[in-house]
Amino acid sequence: MVDFTLWDILRNLGLAARWTVLLSLIAFAGGGLIGMALLVARVAKWPGAERAVAGYVQLFQGTPLLMQLFLAYFGLGLLGIDVSAWVAAALALTLYSSAFLTEIWRGCVASVPKGQWEASQALAMSLWEQLRHVIGPQALRIAIPPTVGFLVQVVKGTALASVIGFIELTKAGTMISNATFRPFTVYACVALMYFVLCFPISAWSRTLERKMHAHR
Amino acid sequence: MPIVDIRGLRKRFGANEVLKGIDLAVEAGEVIAIIGKSGSGKSTLLRCINGLETFDEGSLTVDGQALLHGNAGAMRSLRQHVGMIFQSFNLFPHLSVGRNVMLAPMQVKNRSADEAAKQARKLLERVGLADKFDARPDQLSGGQQQRVAIARALAMEPAVLLCDEITSALDPELVGEVLRVVESLAADGMTLLMVTHEMTFARKVADRIVFMHAGCVHEIGPPQAIFGAPKTPELQKFLASIGD
Repeated sequence: MVDFTLWDILRNLGLAARWTVLLSLIAFAGGGLIGMALLVARVAKWPGAERAVAGYVQLFQGTPLLMQLFLAYFGLGLLGIDVSAWVAAALALTLYSSAFLTEIWRGCVASVPKGQWEASQALAMSLWEQLRHVIGPQALRIAIPPTVGFLVQVVKGTALASVIGFIELTKAGTMISNATFRPFTVYACVALMYFVLCFPISAWSRTLERKMHAHR
Repeated sequence: MPIVDIRGLRKRFGANEVLKGIDLAVEAGEVIAIIGKSGSGKSTLLRCINGLETFDEGSLTVDGQALLHGNAGAMRSLRQHVGMIFQSFNLFPHLSVGRNVMLAPMQVKNRSADEAAKQARKLLERVGLADKFDARPDQLSGGQQQRVAIARALAMEPAVLLCDEITSALDPELVGEVLRVVESLAADGMTLLMVTHEMTFARKVADRIVFMHAGCVHEIGPPQAIFGAPKTPELQKFLASIGD
């Protein structure tokens, strides 16, 4: 039997953590893009957009992320589309993030005073110009802390991708613990790794929030 | 031809009809003060003129252009003829004073930054704030903010300026500086429609006073007639209630 030192455990977990980071970034960036598109559709009052987006948000907020991962992985398979665990995990997490982000940002846009819309409208600005130069910058300031906070949720959410066989931090932990028979040590290391990833992000979010309040 | 031509304008909020058939023609260079109790529809009427409120019946033209809701191109072109100043200033808090004035000309009229900055400095000087170009709105007093808002509206070179209770949110000692700017605009021949509670100012500056009551233009005429010889009991009662 091969002997695993603590260093071996940490090194292997560290290697797997790269996939956690990558999956988080893909989900966050993809979710951000889709979330932004949904937000614009809603704000521009495209016919049917309000109800469609609200339904979309409810769907993803009202079901467990685990089920969304299962559905993406097995559901697409049933449809005859052969997806790897990678693609299924990235897809499910991206859609999940887009639903939460679009809802967070909608609240931020709604908290910009109505007078800002009216003043820019009275100056003959188009919806796009209003969003780009008047509403957007103000909503963005409000949006930064909750958005960064949600990034932490995404990082932790990637752990669920382990159940469809995607080898990220948690899955690697399971595999290593099966080989070493030291589950407590291994999972403690896994938890530590998540903490090392998440703590700086939430600390950053808190700093941003403090800065924003100082400006007010 | 009148510069603002309102005919048979009706507006409902649900079952509540707030404008019950308004006819009003404003000539270029005229200063119109709209007075009346709160809830009489005077702000709603003003906000219809640049399409911040929709109306249900009637027609409205500004500078010969019909107001067409739902036609973004027509609204954009109409709004370039109509400036508006609000009770709560509504300056863009994330932009400097100068940028507030420059934004719409650069975006809507495709002015270059240099041109827009030059124009903004000139307008800020006109409202007595030449030294505030780089200040942030929240560093200014209410009166100064409202004067920036006036400069911002003027930067679009509107044919008509709408003023919606523009001194109501100001401390009494700051009202004068804003009214002086408005008075100078009137003297320069700007067409002004203002909803106001400043009766002394209305009497001094306005060419015609519109008294609104229950969604109608109840009485209209020159200040001497409206304030000196009110015909209807409603206007008499209104004037008595404000102690003028």
